[in-house]
Amino acid sequence: MKKPLGRRSLLRTLSGALAGALTLSVSRKAKAALQKILVASHTPKGYDPTKHKWLMAIDVGRCIGCGLCVEACKTENAVPIGPSYFRTWIERYIITRPEAGSGEMRGETIVDSPNGGMQGFPAGLVPKEQILKSFYVPKLCNLCEHSPCAQVCPVGATFDTPDGAVLVDPKYCIGCGFCIQACPYGCRFMNPLTKTAEKCSLCYHRITRGLKPACVEVCPTEARVFGDLKNPVPNDPIHRFIEKNKAAQSLKPHLGTAPRVLYAELDKEVR
Amino acid sequence: MNNSFTNNIVEILPRVEGFAYPNEATVHPLWSVLIVVYPYVTGLVAGAFIMASLVRVFNVRALEPVYRLSLLTSLAFLLCAPMPLLLHLGHPERCFEIMMTPHLSSPMAMFGFVYAWYLLAVLLLELWFDYRADFVEWSQSQTGLRGVIYRAFTLGVHDVSEPVLRLDARMGRIISIVGIPSAFLLHGYVGFIFGSIKANPWWGNVLMPIIFIFSAIVSGMALCVFVYMFLSWARRAPASIDCLDTMGKFLFFALVIDAAIESLDWIHRLYSADESIHILKSLAAGRLFYTLLVGQAFFGTLVPLLLLGAVQLFRTRITVSARHWIYFVGSVLILAGVLSMRWNVVIGGQLFSKSLRGFMDYKLEFAGHEGWLLSVALLGLPFVILGVFIKLFLPATRSHSNEPATPIRPATGASAV
Repeated sequence: MKKPLGRRSLLRTLSGALAGALTLSVSRKAKAALQKILVASHTPKGYDPTKHKWLMAIDVGRCIGCGLCVEACKTENAVPIGPSYFRTWIERYIITRPEAGSGEMRGETIVDSPNGGMQGFPAGLVPKEQILKSFYVPKLCNLCEHSPCAQVCPVGATFDTPDGAVLVDPKYCIGCGFCIQACPYGCRFMNPLTKTAEKCSLCYHRITRGLKPACVEVCPTEARVFGDLKNPVPNDPIHRFIEKNKAAQSLKPHLGTAPRVLYAELDKEVR
Repeated sequence: MNNSFTNNIVEILPRVEGFAYPNEATVHPLWSVLIVVYPYVTGLVAGAFIMASLVRVFNVRALEPVYRLSLLTSLAFLLCAPMPLLLHLGHPERCFEIMMTPHLSSPMAMFGFVYAWYLLAVLLLELWFDYRADFVEWSQSQTGLRGVIYRAFTLGVHDVSEPVLRLDARMGRIISIVGIPSAFLLHGYVGFIFGSIKANPWWGNVLMPIIFIFSAIVSGMALCVFVYMFLSWARRAPASIDCLDTMGKFLFFALVIDAAIESLDWIHRLYSADESIHILKSLAAGRLFYTLLVGQAFFGTLVPLLLLGAVQLFRTRITVSARHWIYFVGSVLILAGVLSMRWNVVIGGQLFSKSLRGFMDYKLEFAGHEGWLLSVALLGLPFVILGVFIKLFLPATRSHSNEPATPIRPATGASAV
């Protein structure tokens, strides 16, 4: 038979619950403090990741597909040479005119990214008169608010930083590849030399020292815009971009990853 | 897509048809044939355990000859289950981080706990309680290395009095009851690893864990049928047709449920027809034609369903030897069918781009880390271990004694192959 709940046992239960609640908040605080120390440990002295929120935005209409950003990224971050290792790359979209009388609004959509667009794009893929619309889309880590890659990492080697980057600790990654499968945007790859997962770090070693990411630095048309949402400066490009492109979109929004990288003038065909 | 365009792209990225994100166009799919072996092996573990628990928990007496065999099969495969995963890691030396510093939001981080629980708290314990009395007996009758092994396995407990044996039986039953949800957990979590990836429309599916659980039960039961018939043949002792008929019956029902759920998955995909349906249809009809439609659906599901279903309908009219053949062929087909199902899920999910605009190729190598030789070896190893187990723990002298279960150990199958 069940014993009726006495005063003593009730008090005991309540004090247990109270103790649990107290420890929970303390342990949360401790975890946050520890995270702050860990995240800040490799950054320059005086850099506080909680005081920044970095963002990259892409103006699709401005990209000319020159491939300088891809090359700069490979050089800056020692990304392995090879057609399947990219922290950033450029895709070319060619949307053809519909055949006469087909009743379609558009023709085919042809997408290519030869060697990530690093050496530019070959001309003549489609005869000029058949092209309805053509544009380049630079791609990089989408800096998801709810990053599926960080969610699935079995050891927590990949993590969201408070300042908006998603980083990988190569000394901790076990190389299972789960994060690469979980990224809907194909932004991750397995580094063949280190055997660990790798991705765009927003050039974390540069931005924490007050520099721009390498790809932004070299872009000749300012198609890539970078800035700090928490520290607006006069004539700040990222704030200007947001102000100017109120209808800017993100990629694959239906997946609920809440990507933070914004694209202006994005066509519906871009995935 | 227009051929001239496609060729242009193919020239630059030789392994891609259409468009894939540059990082996707790798030489091997990231999760290669080793990751096909992993869910296959864990599925066999879970299924063989369910077969054993039919005896323990549901008192299906006809299956007693395969009770211990099923448990030992389950253990042999469980011991090999982590190997393909370990071999596949980029940094196998860091594997313990999964257990030391697990990231709790990752289904993969559960692996260590689920595995340890299943091995230590379920299988080894159940086997120990079941075998304890025999270990005591054998440790007294056997000498040499065998004697040492049996003595070690008694763990120093030599009490075989009636109340203690009763306790053994009770513990075995309790562990078995706990073991059923654990087996579901073991394989459901493997299904969840794939089912939770929303980035991949071929995987991200709420039915995936359930499909994995039922295909696991089907494959594990088929494995028990296969091992039992093979062992009977090797020992020149006729397999009990009662036992085979009962196994065939359960196998048939499990297969019906499995086929129904997998069909539901396809019907739902085709009917709801979201943005991924075009590429998935081309995947099924193209790159996965032989493994999905021919291997998994026709030979792995439809033919065994007809064979086993015919036995259910016309059992009296089919001779015993014909039934033997039907069960043997049916189980082999199911085993191959579930293996191709694992292939279709794991490799199939990496044959198309997440941009839904193109396909990647996969040429299976022979030797090396990603070669099929290693995978075949990993699939063969559990059978070698099972052979040792059978030699040690299923002595042939007791074959088909058909002794009724003793009142002391009511729910255990004392008789074995």
